[in-house]
Amino acid sequence: MNGLGLHKKLEENAGLLIFGILFVSAIGGLVQILPSLFQESLSAPMATTRVYDAVELTGRDIYIREGCHVCHSQQVRPLVAEVERYGPYSRAGEFVYDRPFLWGSKRTGPDLHRIGGKYSNRWHEVHLLDPRSVVPESIMPAYPWLAERAATAAGDIQQKMRVLRRLGHPYTDADITGAPARLEGLRELDALVAYLQMLGTGLDPAVTDEHEGH
Amino acid sequence: MSVSNNGYYHDGLVLRLVQFSVLWAVVAMSVGVFIAAEFLWPTLDLGQFWLSFGRLRPLHTNGVIFGFGVSALMATAFYSVQRTSHVTLFLPKLAWFCCYAWQLTVLFGGISLLAGWTSSKEYAELEWPFDIAIAVIWVCFGIVFFGTIARRRIRPIYISNWFYGGLIIVIAMLHIVNNLALPVSIGKSYSLYAGAQDAIVQWWYGHNAVGFLLTGGFLGMLYYFLPKQAEQPIWSYRLSVVAFWAFTYSYIWAGPHHLHYNAIPEWVQSLGMVMSLVLLAPSWATMINGIMTVSKAWPKLKTDPALKFIVLSLAFYGLATFEGPMMAIRSVNVVSHFTDWTIGHVHSGALGWNALVTYGTFYFLVPRLVGAELHSTRLANLHFVLALAGTLLYILSMWAAGVSQGLLWLSVDKLGELSFTFRDIMTGMKPYYALRLVAGLMFLSGTVLMAYNLFMTTRGRQPLQCAPAPVPEPWRLPESGYRTVTAKQVNA
Ligand code: HEC
Ligand code: HEM
Repeated sequence: MNGLGLHKKLEENAGLLIFGILFVSAIGGLVQILPSLFQESLSAPMATTRVYDAVELTGRDIYIREGCHVCHSQQVRPLVAEVERYGPYSRAGEFVYDRPFLWGSKRTGPDLHRIGGKYSNRWHEVHLLDPRSVVPESIMPAYPWLAERAATAAGDIQQKMRVLRRLGHPYTDADITGAPARLEGLRELDALVAYLQMLGTGLDPAVTDEHEGH
Repeated sequence: MSVSNNGYYHDGLVLRLVQFSVLWAVVAMSVGVFIAAEFLWPTLDLGQFWLSFGRLRPLHTNGVIFGFGVSALMATAFYSVQRTSHVTLFLPKLAWFCCYAWQLTVLFGGISLLAGWTSSKEYAELEWPFDIAIAVIWVCFGIVFFGTIARRRIRPIYISNWFYGGLIIVIAMLHIVNNLALPVSIGKSYSLYAGAQDAIVQWWYGHNAVGFLLTGGFLGMLYYFLPKQAEQPIWSYRLSVVAFWAFTYSYIWAGPHHLHYNAIPEWVQSLGMVMSLVLLAPSWATMINGIMTVSKAWPKLKTDPALKFIVLSLAFYGLATFEGPMMAIRSVNVVSHFTDWTIGHVHSGALGWNALVTYGTFYFLVPRLVGAELHSTRLANLHFVLALAGTLLYILSMWAAGVSQGLLWLSVDKLGELSFTFRDIMTGMKPYYALRLVAGLMFLSGTVLMAYNLFMTTRGRQPLQCAPAPVPEPWRLPESGYRTVTAKQVNA
């Protein structure tokens, strides 16, 4: 009855009601989310994980713009079949320069976290421009416009790197001043392929030797 | 757009929001059907970037959730808070502002998604200018809603308002925390969180947007309109109160079940799983409460299409809230995660619960708003059949597709070699995707029938003018003394 007595008060006081809801719903987040934000193991890079360079970063933002993540995950789970199919399972330390994270929730296409180095640049270019010319039964969309647009047009790269530096990504002044030159003459397609080719390559080999799968 | 309204309820605003909601339903579900077709004919985008699947899918999800869903929630919240408080809206001009500012945000937000402005985080795709607009409108929504409650003439605050209140408060909290980012340009920003931490924050948001908007918000709708339609008080008011607090407390913990076996700490995953199982209790308590409430009005089901929709929505609510906790168990999730099973689960809730409870509410509400009979009961009954068949076919086809994907992806032979390539499994999904397209077309055509039916019902008519009913003595505020009464009696 006590519980309902308390409820009686809440039931008749709008201010208490607002506060009650806020309090009760905040508990879960405070206990569960807040500690993760301060957990070292989730924010420390692996020894071999590096920031995206100007070209890869541009490619990554194109990946986001086109919504590749709605069909592709970037998260290999620690399961025998998954490691067999895609490669070593994903570690938290590999993602510390991912803003936003792109783990995805649906695999209409295969996982891409270990796609880097699996195919040639040429294969990716042909595949992105017309997936069915490489995989006839593919249901992936074609992205012909990526070949027509210059990589320099895909957002102000220097501003992007400056913002990321403020968020703690270790870009040097030289990285930032040299960025536009790195994009010069590249198409959006080239930047995207550069990103795909570096995906999953930040894994520390010393860690994978320890154990594979569960 | 009469603002002062001479002491009458602001029902013109309610009707306008219902119209927008129906419009978004038709648009966003058409987009759903289109992307369902792209699974079968991937060249349907005709090489146009703005028809590309990766851009249309977020348009679909944002359109149904924020266009159709939130407009319906605003409409029903404004309608019911006036009636359960026995006063007209607080700051009606601000309420009208919420209505139109929200529609513009959804419209331009949708266009920006096609243009490729996206944060990529599910259900939070809209970029920072829209995030700010949403936050401002949401606060205004809260001011109107709680302001109306604050000046109510009746002592108890009825249970539906608790759920709408939870919707407003919790979504504000989630939205602001999850969208914190540094802007790069007008259409691009970088999240304040990175990697695994970003994932944890995002699914705290994503799961609870489903929890407090698509579940809690719509429960507010249910708790007001179900007793009205059944002409019965809530079966157990006490159960609804207990379930409310249990729901509000436990839902927020369940987010990490979206990240099983992902690179986040084990304890977070385990906690998410346990709390997801706990969630079954308040969810089913609510369902049982709803079923028991209509059980006394069973004969009405034969004649009243609106009530049929609501009762069916309760069944799907029960199904989806049972399936969800099951999918949160790690050994089940290992099969279901990343597959079409998730899509089936989402739509058993989205079509079976959200859309059906809203349709039932609109069929009940719109004729009453304009003081007319529903244009055609036969069309509404036909809609019911299409909606039921469409939902079932959608769920069954995606279950079949999802379970086969999950099992075949994981299948290895005696030597530990994979049994099937990804491509073979993908090719095998064609028939299921075809069935899903048929299901979507059925569901969409039902929705179009409803749009026509409601249009014909309101055509050439104005919203009725209703004034708040006098409050019976023992419950009256502020002059009456304190008396022990419960909201259960009030709604009876
Ligand atoms: C409609 C969903 C969909 C979207 C959107 C999509 N893909 Fe795919 N993708 C697929 C499917 C299905 C396959 C498997 C068939 C194939 O190889 O074409 C695939 C295969 C791939 C592969 C080969 C993977 C492998 O291991 O063989 C790469 C690389 C790829 N996609 C990259 C991308 C990129 C980059 C984008 C965004 C520009 C993208 N995809 C957008 C569905 C999609
Ligand atoms: C005619 C009706 C509908 C059709 C044909 C349809 C179709 C689709 C399709 C094809 C997808 C993409 C699935 C994938 O990527 O594999 C999708 C995703 C989604 N839809 Fe619908 N949809 C419909 C109605 C709705 C409604 C009414 C809602 C919500 C109220 C909704 C909410 C969602 C959500 C949240 C997702 C994302 C699921 C996830 O990421 O797990 N849909 N829908």
